[in-house]
Amino acid sequence: MDFAFMRDTFFTLIGGVPLTLNLAFTSVALGAVLAMLLALMRMSGVRALDWPAQAYVFVFRGTPLLVQIFLIYYGLGQFRPTLQAWGLWTFFREPYWCAVFALTLNTAAYASEIIRGGLQAVPYNQVEAARACGMSGFLLFRRIIFPIAVRQALPAYGSEIILMVKATSLASVITMMEVTGLAAKLISQTFRAVEVFVVAGLIYLILNFIITRIIMAIEWWLSPHLRRPPSVEPRLEAAHV
Amino acid sequence: MPEPTNKGTTMKFVKTVGLALLGSALAFGGAAAQEKTIKIATEGAYAPWNFTGAGGKLEGFEIDLANDLCARMKVKCEIVAQDWDGIIPALTAKKYDAIMAGMSITDERKKTIDFAGPYAAGPNGFLVPKSSPLAKMPGTGEAYNLGTQQAAAEKAIDAVKAVVKGKTIGVQGSTIHANFADKYLKGTAEIREYKTTEAHDLDLAAGRIDAVLADATSIIGTLEKPEFKDYVLVGPSITGGLLGAGVGVGLRKEDQDLKKAFNEAIAAAVKDGTVSKLAVKWFKVDISPKS
Repeated sequence: MDFAFMRDTFFTLIGGVPLTLNLAFTSVALGAVLAMLLALMRMSGVRALDWPAQAYVFVFRGTPLLVQIFLIYYGLGQFRPTLQAWGLWTFFREPYWCAVFALTLNTAAYASEIIRGGLQAVPYNQVEAARACGMSGFLLFRRIIFPIAVRQALPAYGSEIILMVKATSLASVITMMEVTGLAAKLISQTFRAVEVFVVAGLIYLILNFIITRIIMAIEWWLSPHLRRPPSVEPRLEAAHV
Repeated sequence: MPEPTNKGTTMKFVKTVGLALLGSALAFGGAAAQEKTIKIATEGAYAPWNFTGAGGKLEGFEIDLANDLCARMKVKCEIVAQDWDGIIPALTAKKYDAIMAGMSITDERKKTIDFAGPYAAGPNGFLVPKSSPLAKMPGTGEAYNLGTQQAAAEKAIDAVKAVVKGKTIGVQGSTIHANFADKYLKGTAEIREYKTTEAHDLDLAAGRIDAVLADATSIIGTLEKPEFKDYVLVGPSITGGLLGAGVGVGLRKEDQDLKKAFNEAIAAAVKDGTVSKLAVKWFKVDISPKS
């Protein structure tokens, strides 16, 4: 192990972190919107909505992300005239948007199931209590169902975010120079695979360490009822009464 | 691997004599030679040098040449496919003993591995659509050596730079072409790196990139596909310097005996016209190294 080389490698690979985070957070944000929609379709009780959502989740959870990226990037590249006619080619021409598109579709499938799980785990008596207080419709959802569901879904959703940070490494196969892409390029120049991949792994560890801390902080903030109550010093004068 | 029984002692005698004639300091003797298997790695995605044929078998110029060289060295060879971007680290990690994958001999690579050969010269060029303004690239049909005619070669490169300004060019990562693009074209054109030549060909056909910079023989292979009938090979063929000194067999530095054996086998194959014959078979042009 050559530590001077590893330090240089670290500073080279850090250059890919903005793109890695950009891909991860853009697709997680867009994916969350799509996931919410899918979860509501699944729970709507309307077959015409439920079935397409089920099929979507089945397809995107059941196929490897790498295959999805290849299909979206190289596969759709074969249909350029059609896409041009529809005005979609400017979007699919760019490897960045193809990567975001593939990652978004993929995370939406997983996240929709996480959200559905969270929503279904909301205790019915809480809903009944809310109805008894006169809440219904969107107000009930916003004040009672959604906050409880988020609390329950967050640990699993946190894992999904971490998985997405790691999944961005697959974007390197469609010419995106994020951390893994830069690592592969560096290896091709130096032929020192071990050092470069160790450093690349370290960078993902650091990123995910920070992300897990943030998610833990949010969990703590969202669940005051699980925290130990602050210990109250017994008031001295109470003893005299 | 035991000697097939039907070949008998005559074959053994020939083998022993053959080795003696090689005058080799090969570490293995006549008896051990029958046991010796050399594992050769190729990429399997670089037609017509080496590619995976319709039946899933490895085929191409280098597969034929490797079999010929192994016969000359009186060793048994096993040819395996390995992704290009990990092909050198896996050699040094002893996953196989030699690389025959259209790899150019460069000073950069020589820091890590050694080469036998060259067994082929490596002309270069750009693949562009016929309808593109790039099809009129200056220097087409001309050849320059960066090592020996630096001034003339750099003038030709400047002429190319003027034409490719603002365009997007695809190269295969970890290649001499990627290094060349990094050094001479970066900043002038946008460079995108691909894992395989097939990937950048697909993106050229999809119109995501304006040109591909690659080995001329590989481009000729691409041009034979019906999808590429409206494409053309243009630009000067620049070799030498960081573009390397021809294509050779990559070997570990400590395997000097194997290097010697390969060098002798390659010299014999070049001399008796086997390399020329195989080159014409696969590339339609003779790219055997001039001795």
